[in-house]
Amino acid sequence: MKAHSSSWLFLCLAAALLVPAAGICEADRGHGGLLDGFTAEVHGYYELRGGCRTGRDPHEEDMSIMETRLQVDLPVSGKWFDLKYKEDLWADGITEEVGHDTRELWLFSRPAGFLDIKVGRQVLTWGTGDLVFLNDLFPKDWRSFFIGRDAEYLKAPSDAVKLGFFTDTANLDLVYTPRFDPDRFITGEYVSYWNGQLGRLGGRDAIVHARQPDRWFDDDEIALRLYGNVKGYELALYGYRGYWKTPEGQTPSGTPVFPRLNACGFSVRGRTGPGIANIEIAYYRSVDDPRGEDPLVRNSEVRYLAGYAQEIGPDLNGSLQYYVEQMLDWGDYERGLTGAEGKDRLRHVITLQLTQLAMDQNLRLSLSAYYSPSDRDAYVRPNIHYMYTDNIRLELGANIFFGEDPATFFAQFEKNTNIYAALRYSF
Amino acid sequence: MSPGKIMAITIVILGALAAPAFSGETSRTPATDEMVRRANHMALYQGADMKGAVSMVITDRQGRTRKREFNILRRDAGTGDGDQRYYVYFNEPADVRKMSFMVHKYADTAKDDDRWLYMPGLDLVKRIAAGDKRTSFVGSDYLYEDISGRSPLEDTHELTGTTENHYVLKNVPKEPGAVEFAYYLAHIDKKTCIPVKMEFFKKPDRLYRVIEVLKIEGVEALENGRKVLYPTVTRSVARNLDTGGKTEMTLSGVRYNIGLTDQIFTERYLRRPPKEAMR
Repeated sequence: MKAHSSSWLFLCLAAALLVPAAGICEADRGHGGLLDGFTAEVHGYYELRGGCRTGRDPHEEDMSIMETRLQVDLPVSGKWFDLKYKEDLWADGITEEVGHDTRELWLFSRPAGFLDIKVGRQVLTWGTGDLVFLNDLFPKDWRSFFIGRDAEYLKAPSDAVKLGFFTDTANLDLVYTPRFDPDRFITGEYVSYWNGQLGRLGGRDAIVHARQPDRWFDDDEIALRLYGNVKGYELALYGYRGYWKTPEGQTPSGTPVFPRLNACGFSVRGRTGPGIANIEIAYYRSVDDPRGEDPLVRNSEVRYLAGYAQEIGPDLNGSLQYYVEQMLDWGDYERGLTGAEGKDRLRHVITLQLTQLAMDQNLRLSLSAYYSPSDRDAYVRPNIHYMYTDNIRLELGANIFFGEDPATFFAQFEKNTNIYAALRYSF
Repeated sequence: MSPGKIMAITIVILGALAAPAFSGETSRTPATDEMVRRANHMALYQGADMKGAVSMVITDRQGRTRKREFNILRRDAGTGDGDQRYYVYFNEPADVRKMSFMVHKYADTAKDDDRWLYMPGLDLVKRIAAGDKRTSFVGSDYLYEDISGRSPLEDTHELTGTTENHYVLKNVPKEPGAVEFAYYLAHIDKKTCIPVKMEFFKKPDRLYRVIEVLKIEGVEALENGRKVLYPTVTRSVARNLDTGGKTEMTLSGVRYNIGLTDQIFTERYLRRPPKEAMR
């Protein structure tokens, strides 16, 4: 605990030093060269966030989250480039450790009319789903999402090069990640989960240690998106070559591994009636088990999504999505199961998002819900977000999981059901 | 026949009907529709494109203030006072900082605007469903429609009076159910044709909302190679008499005809703002 309290003090001190420094400085614009029109800013926030489980979880602490976090954001901009450095420092009351995480550290340039380049650590997102991802195979952080960190933390950064090529008819994004960046998946450290090997729930007593492909330029990922706009409809084709983002395989001795994955897909999004409709499909080819015969590697899949979003009333928005995961070669998968109950051929999920703004838009009430009729489990995420001033924000929320079978995706987290509160000061 | 054509014909007919009503006015009084057209042009369509920095101070009934700061880019698409592209880049407050918002606005009232929002923390481009334009813009006392403009086709217009400096137009919505007001009076400056005061009334004749221009400045620009002066509203205030709230809006750093391309109003620049939007 000693380490924890001193780190707390350190963060407070760092925040105190940085807060008055927040602002913008500009170089003299009269000179030419690289620093022409140069500006630098300091922003960020200081946050306290705490939450607890609503019931006992024998595998985890009662506290689901307890942290104090300082984020420093340094955007630097010149005539020919933009540079960004965003670092998080936090004291974690659950692990009793001090952590740091470089969220972003990148250089951006627009060297030609047809080309954008962004190199470094960056957050990457594409696709049409609302908190559902098919062709977006960039790293996610479900751990942060489930314990009630800000929604921004659902996306983990990639160390990558992103090239954008632009023409009048279509555009191409190419993302090369020289070393595989997996999801920050559920390991048991913060969130207990269904452990298939043990045949029971596991948590801090059964932390997942996966073997991660980590050779530079060998264990790499390539992601592509070809997209364009036709009569107001946004069309996109996607491709990916890399690995399953979570350990979807294991060695014969039981070590979790990340099997290879290739994927391709398409999406369309556009105005339909009073709202916005989207359709997205992705084919996941499990390269290490192309015919679904290996019970230790996840089978190939096709994923489907159809969604619709519209304004329901004044400052009230809603979206409804239907999502299906179809396991291919299910017969082979079922034969490979030795007595244990396996997954269904199809997993259906319905999602609902509602957001209401009130009190001059300073209060935001939101609800995200995922319900799977095939797994008979659900995940509900209510949140109240209030801007007390332009700089101080208060937040209260919950992550509620329920279901019948603890081996299904949301039901396995049932004992992690939690409520949380946060206070953030932004500068 | 397309809705646009029907509208156009309706306008012509309305214009013809309105003309005799003005026969008694002085010869220098323009016909109502021409006045509406000019006022709409002055408020939204000066120059082929424009950039500026907007600062809003929102004060509630109890005197608490909030600040909004954003840069705005505008470009007219096509000819005539028709479709437009808007790009908004937020600087303040912290929770929206560096977000960008893009609107493809269509003059055809039957067609909803296309809107996108980019959230840099998630690298997420969100397409926003067409919304009620009579809701608050960024929590201020200005409504979305005050910023992007209310199409003259949505109201019928009647000249109800003239003062020394102003024409007073009464505007009655054609679809009263779609808006919160019964009618509004626009006071149009005779010299510049800029609407300098808008008074919104609820039934029967209860004034509840006022937008007033506090300052107009001439902004120098080049138009087809020659210098012109665009009179521009640089300070205004919107008051909601029902809630007791008010918002003061200041526009600075205004420049016209800077050669913004249509490319800027695409996903590429939404994800990474153009230099024009960042300063």
